[in-house]
Amino acid sequence: MLKRLLIANRGEIAVRIIRAARDLGIATVAVYSDADRDALHVQIADQAVAIGPPAAKKSYLNMAAILKAAADTDCDSIHPGYGFLAENAGFSDAVSAAGLVFVGPSGDAIRLMGDKVAARSAAAAAGVPVVPGSDGRVAGIEAGRHVLLDTGFPVMIKAAAGGGGRGIRIAADLAAFEQAFPQAEAEALAAFGDGGLYMEKVITRARHIEVQILGDGVDAVHCFERECSLQRRRQKVWEEAPSLVLTPRLREQLCGSAVALARAVGYSGAGTVEYLYDDAADRFYFIEMNTRIQVEHPVTEMITGIDLVAEMLRIAGGEPLRLRQADIGTRGHAIEVRINAEDPSRDFAPFPGTVTDLRLPGGPGVRFDSMLYPGYTVPPFYDSLLAKLIVHGETREAALVRLQRALSELQIGGIKTTKPLFQALAADPSVQSSDFHTRWLEGWLQTHAARLTPELEP
Amino acid sequence: MAQLLSPLPGTFYRSSAPDQPPYKADGDAVAVGDVIGLIEVMKSFHEVKADVAGAGLRFVVDNEDPVMAGAVLAELT
Repeated sequence: MLKRLLIANRGEIAVRIIRAARDLGIATVAVYSDADRDALHVQIADQAVAIGPPAAKKSYLNMAAILKAAADTDCDSIHPGYGFLAENAGFSDAVSAAGLVFVGPSGDAIRLMGDKVAARSAAAAAGVPVVPGSDGRVAGIEAGRHVLLDTGFPVMIKAAAGGGGRGIRIAADLAAFEQAFPQAEAEALAAFGDGGLYMEKVITRARHIEVQILGDGVDAVHCFERECSLQRRRQKVWEEAPSLVLTPRLREQLCGSAVALARAVGYSGAGTVEYLYDDAADRFYFIEMNTRIQVEHPVTEMITGIDLVAEMLRIAGGEPLRLRQADIGTRGHAIEVRINAEDPSRDFAPFPGTVTDLRLPGGPGVRFDSMLYPGYTVPPFYDSLLAKLIVHGETREAALVRLQRALSELQIGGIKTTKPLFQALAADPSVQSSDFHTRWLEGWLQTHAARLTPELEP
Repeated sequence: MAQLLSPLPGTFYRSSAPDQPPYKADGDAVAVGDVIGLIEVMKSFHEVKADVAGAGLRFVVDNEDPVMAGAVLAELT
């Protein structure tokens, strides 16, 4: 078992990790930037070490300062949380090279899953369905016509050397393809000096469904799925478990494929395999694997009763997986909403400031993961996530009612937050019937955002 | 002497990206509406535009410095 853990993060996830470590009898060391002297994670850890100025690059991303803090405080391990250095393969390697335990996978596993092409190949090799497309470059238009047999339409043609959305064309039918392919080739050659093209099926309407896995380097188990289709600018805002749309057979296939991938790469720690699920075709496709604990992990904890962060710490301490697949079941339904310091009526403008008053929801089936306290000043330098409100109910309907009840109790004075967004979503017929996809929320916001004005409580 | 103030709290940047030249150099003239830098607030970026014109721009905060709302970013002579 680990003895002393340094938490290389801040905010609610640092608080969450300290709690899990405490429950296991592991001593905790917080690190903080000059902007976070008064932060909750600094107050509740056994020790806290200053690591630099407010800019993340000079503090929470400063590997040398973090490794020095760990050495100075005799830590035997480092948990990276999410964001910052969590998926930095070099950091995982550096922690190991310093003789410490990195609470997460090896640098090689992070590197493999961080490389889109390598991750897709690893998934395909493990039998995980990937989005139909060319395996690498397409050797000319004749080969491209062959790839069409797999992808169908619409199909995306993109420059192999492109990036950031440049050099992408979408063809809706064969005539458009015949015209677009040579154009894309010429354009890629002119723009990047490389006419190489990839092709991939365009999935226009899909849900985001992901599978939580735990691995010990040898074996792996899954903790079922989460659905995170409500997104804005590719950022999840609302997550739930289980997904309402999976049949038991499809759930078994989906979760089984995630375990197969984790086993194939000898994965150690907590990870998430993300998929697109195409309702119309009743098929799922691998998108990527995240090699860290995720923001939305509590919904899985609420339905399985497993403390995922504690399991990460046990695995990092050298224990084999404690849970067999048959031991892991689910009960009821859980929903998490992300309370951000943003004004949803003004294009989600950030709203840092001082929390004047704080009334938290409670009672059965309600969990509130946060770093807030009355008088706390939210610094402008980091993420806008203030809190995660998680509710659990016997059914999804009961969880939705409980979410509305909990939101009505929540008051964060002095700061505008995304609370009105979730009050409106919880009451929306499409959300109530789980009739949405990953592009649904942005469309909904165009007609509803203006009336989501947060009350600024004194 | 005119001052250019930060409209928001956050991190001040003098260029649009690390590999780009600064929007303005010390000594430059500034017209109303000229972008003089960016403020990053909670991972979102906002352009800082001059609300007064002047010559002899002089920055008083460095690139990547933390600033509060209302802080003086630069002075004009």
